[in-house]
Amino acid sequence: MDAVLITNVLAATVIAGTPLLLVALGELVCERSGVLNLGQEGMMLMGAVIGFMAAVSTGSLAIGVLAAMLGGVMMSMLFALMAVTLAANQYAAGLALTIFGVGLSSFVGSGYVGQAIDGFDKIAIPLLSDIPVIGQVLFTQDALVYLSLVLFVVVYCFLRYSRSGLILRAVGESPEAANANGLKVLKVRYLAVAFGGAMAGLAGAYLSLAYTPMWTENMTAGRGWIALALVVFATWKPERVLLGAYLFGAASILHLVLQGLGWQSSTELLAMLPYVVTILVLVLLSWNPTRTRLNTPLSIGQPYRPSK
Amino acid sequence: MLSLERRAVDSRAMQWASPLLALLLTVITGLFLFMALGKDPIEGLTFFFLIPLSDAQGWAELGLKMAPLLLCAAGLTICYRAKIWNIGAEGHFLMGSLWASAAALYLSEQTGFWVLPVVLLAGIIAGALWALLAGVLKTQFHCNEILTTIMLNYIALNLLLFAVHGPLKDPYGFGFPQSEMFAAAALLPKLIPDTRLHIGLLFALLAAVAVGVLFARTFIGFQLKVLGQDERAAAFAGFPAKRLTLLAFILAGGLAGLAGASEVTGPLGQLVPQVSPGYGYTAIIVVFLGRMQAVGIILAAALLALTFMGGEMLQIAMNMPKAITGLFQGLLLFYLLTCDAFIHYRIRFRRAPAASAGEA
Amino acid sequence: MATAERLRLENIVKEYPGCRANDGVHLSVQAGEIHALLGENGAGKSTLMKIIYGVIQPDAGTLTWNGHPLTLQGPAHARELGIGMVFQHFSLFETLTVAENIALSLPAAQARDRSKLDTRIREVSEHYGMALDPRRFVNTLSIGERQRVEIVRCLIQDSSLLILDEPTSVLTPQEVQVLFRTLRQLSKEGCSILFISHKLQEVRDLCHRATVLRQGRVTGECNPGEITTDDIARMMVGNETPLSTQVDPSEPGELLLQTNNLNYQTRDPFGTSLQDICMSLRAGEIVGIAGVAGNGQDELLRALSGEAKVNNDSLQLSGMSIGDSGPAVRRKLGVAVVPEERLGRGAVPSMSLVDNSLLTAYGQGMISKGWVGLGKVRDYAGRVVEQFGVRAAGIDSAATSLSGGNLQKFIIGREALQQPKLLVASHPTWGVDVGSAVAIHEALVKLRDEGAAVLLISEDLDELFQLCGRMGAICAGKLSPLVPTSELSIEKLGQWMAGDFPTAATNTTTETKHAVA
Repeated sequence: MDAVLITNVLAATVIAGTPLLLVALGELVCERSGVLNLGQEGMMLMGAVIGFMAAVSTGSLAIGVLAAMLGGVMMSMLFALMAVTLAANQYAAGLALTIFGVGLSSFVGSGYVGQAIDGFDKIAIPLLSDIPVIGQVLFTQDALVYLSLVLFVVVYCFLRYSRSGLILRAVGESPEAANANGLKVLKVRYLAVAFGGAMAGLAGAYLSLAYTPMWTENMTAGRGWIALALVVFATWKPERVLLGAYLFGAASILHLVLQGLGWQSSTELLAMLPYVVTILVLVLLSWNPTRTRLNTPLSIGQPYRPSK
Repeated sequence: MLSLERRAVDSRAMQWASPLLALLLTVITGLFLFMALGKDPIEGLTFFFLIPLSDAQGWAELGLKMAPLLLCAAGLTICYRAKIWNIGAEGHFLMGSLWASAAALYLSEQTGFWVLPVVLLAGIIAGALWALLAGVLKTQFHCNEILTTIMLNYIALNLLLFAVHGPLKDPYGFGFPQSEMFAAAALLPKLIPDTRLHIGLLFALLAAVAVGVLFARTFIGFQLKVLGQDERAAAFAGFPAKRLTLLAFILAGGLAGLAGASEVTGPLGQLVPQVSPGYGYTAIIVVFLGRMQAVGIILAAALLALTFMGGEMLQIAMNMPKAITGLFQGLLLFYLLTCDAFIHYRIRFRRAPAASAGEA
Repeated sequence: MATAERLRLENIVKEYPGCRANDGVHLSVQAGEIHALLGENGAGKSTLMKIIYGVIQPDAGTLTWNGHPLTLQGPAHARELGIGMVFQHFSLFETLTVAENIALSLPAAQARDRSKLDTRIREVSEHYGMALDPRRFVNTLSIGERQRVEIVRCLIQDSSLLILDEPTSVLTPQEVQVLFRTLRQLSKEGCSILFISHKLQEVRDLCHRATVLRQGRVTGECNPGEITTDDIARMMVGNETPLSTQVDPSEPGELLLQTNNLNYQTRDPFGTSLQDICMSLRAGEIVGIAGVAGNGQDELLRALSGEAKVNNDSLQLSGMSIGDSGPAVRRKLGVAVVPEERLGRGAVPSMSLVDNSLLTAYGQGMISKGWVGLGKVRDYAGRVVEQFGVRAAGIDSAATSLSGGNLQKFIIGREALQQPKLLVASHPTWGVDVGSAVAIHEALVKLRDEGAAVLLISEDLDELFQLCGRMGAICAGKLSPLVPTSELSIEKLGQWMAGDFPTAATNTTTETKHAVA
């Protein structure tokens, strides 16, 4: 196998995996607090469209990214109002967020379809980018890819070493016990949901400002759902999210690789690959219910009603 | 200081008022939306809700769009009452239309009254099997059904696209991705002549009634209800959870598959990529809006069918983007969930707790 | 010399929709005093404790702490003041370590230095005779050890008032003695102790003073050592309710249930596997199995009810092997089960009593070709309510609207009217008021007299000694021999609950390791 081909494939894998990594890290934190947010697609699309619109209007990619994150947070707050404060059915609330987000983003972005923008350029990190293979794969990427890796480290350390991370895990395991311990369950959950929203918005911005710098309806193509599966796949551990994101990223560019190797097949059939892979991975991991149970944040998906 | 207080008993009044309140809030939001876009709000609402129903053709169209929504919703109701979160109605629908089309094209030389039932049956079985796949993944492999059914939706869409671009493509269609038109024997008879309304609506109404009866009077319905409300009690009672789950998936898939088959043998007469404007997803809203009850989902299906028509009307008459339909539907679900909270809670105005005795 | 008054509550009122949990309650605890708070389930004890600990606010009334008026802003504030709470249903996080759990309840500043905290945990726990390893994950600890974590957590914060909510319900008799030693030491060091319990003999053994609550009001104060348990019980329940059941001995008949080396490997990582359970039950007898929670009782119940399948021949009903049959088949053969969880297993909380009757009585001729005969179900529910004295707002009221005692009466009645050959009941009077408990005991005895075999799994030793003809204990998934009650003493049963019993296979004493103080 050609070294250039391998390097290109790996670099493409990192790029394809970045939006998944961002969304999944955000949802991981959210789920660790016990809240399951199915609205990733809606938040990502809103992030993508708002980021694109802001970048086009102001000419600044940075403002576009910030606007996207803000958009994601605001969408997630709608969800938090229903799922955390009003203790509604979390699945229904998340689906509502997705349907609403898909509709709103298409509506708001209808005037921007087809417009082009100069997206993020690759930035080569001096010295490190000269290393063969790794240099191109990891150190010659755009700013948001670097940001995603930094965020991974932040989330990892937060969960593992910080007191706030401890509180988050406690709330996720048992909001009743947390409340009895004087921890503010609702506040922690709101913050966790907001973080998830910001990350989803950021992932959306990556899609419309870096990955394919433009806006099209439904441009997330199910990545939000794949990210949800990814969090399960990673048994709620950030390091496995990193691994999984790149694995899924690889699956989604597989058809390009195969075509590069000379395989001929219908585009539609190959486009099914990421979804089929997701199902296969889910099967492999869910097979043994004990294993999942041991790692799932115990209170996940259950509405919590504090008794006063 | 505003606070939310749990009610001692869930409010019956709010259970019925909530959907109406949600609709009202959606309409009000719509008014503001039109104003923000610089359009006349009253004109907008008229085009959305009233104009589509202004003549008999309009009502026939309503029935036409209601049928697939109601069929899918009936099936999803069976699942959701058992707390099986099957999001796959869209996929079952697409598989139903795909295989019904394949059957219709295969039998294109045949005549006889048996052709149509066989075509519809192909659609029903395809939908049921596609759903069964997700069901087996859940019962045997413990895979979360939300994720698997969504993945299967995407896969089904791609299979359909593959078919219209390939094996089922009309050789005389100038390269457009669509199938041949079906022979007359494979088309659904009309319910009202000179309209597009076909007997699919009858199927849908029957399905809704059947689901209502299932839950009100049969033991299987009771078992499904218990499974949804208390898994441990269902296990304790000895109800066969796995078999009930698979049954729910099969029924939901079959009904949605029938919806898909009806769409291609009814208004479309062929297989095209845009077979579904999202019926499977909108059906989810129908189920929640309709309180998972037979009468409720019939009314809710009518309302949401109207939103499809209203959206088209707004697109044509007022130049609004097509996505306005999805926006309205999403808003409706949002407001519904918020209003539903007041079934369980009420708002209280309360002063901060006093430091000493003296509050009578 | 006047002893300092540590805590004073006056005229505390707390109302919930539908009931007054606390109605003008007053309480006074001196420094270094062990004060009992007595009352039936539902008397308002838990609510009062939550108010003292700052989890909820009273609607009216005053708190005075060491002479100063007090408004608590929450549990953290209470902890700062020196009020420590040991919950009945522990407020620990199972997937975190002992040290992490304790760190969460300390202010951030104190918890920063993890190694210093570890040392402090070891010191304090050893000083009071309750050694703990701070690195262990809570889900690996036994119930007795978890209680230690709760107590040490309070002690590390220099508590001057320790509140214990039903602490002995999860301990063996020997562990109870260890706990009492610790509490007496604390009391001598000046710490006040508020001891909530309904076990009158323990209260007499341990406590200096007691306050009795009934239906939200104080009905008496006393020095428990100076009066009889019956006097205290009268203060708790009033004069009309019978305090216990008269149980005549019975003559067991034919063999009904037999287990032959029943084994069950649990898939639950926190569960207990059953090993070589051998027992037999005859018609017309009540057999009891004692044991501290978490030693396999739930698994045994599931193996008997059919919720868990076991080797077919290892479980036989009247000679027929039923080990791998499900609950529906067993029910048809005459096996009835009353599980530990009333709401959320025994009954569906949101469903009516009518629907809940159908839940297990569906074999009683209510179903015809898949159609439910609603009239017949309503009939059945009506009979249960009438014959078992269930107080409810009609048979259409939801299961959650019933009090614990009434719901339990309903569940027992629902099973009893199916005329089972075997009834297995797990902790049937847990959390139930005295009146209902008596009614439930009478129902069990009546079933026995009608020829059924009754297996009673319980932590309540009084109940077991009162009702059972034969008894044994379960520990770490192994069953002790079942011997006539007359041959068993509390001490011996306590040992057996700790695992110190001869197994049937060998006839020598096998020491089963179950973490005990």
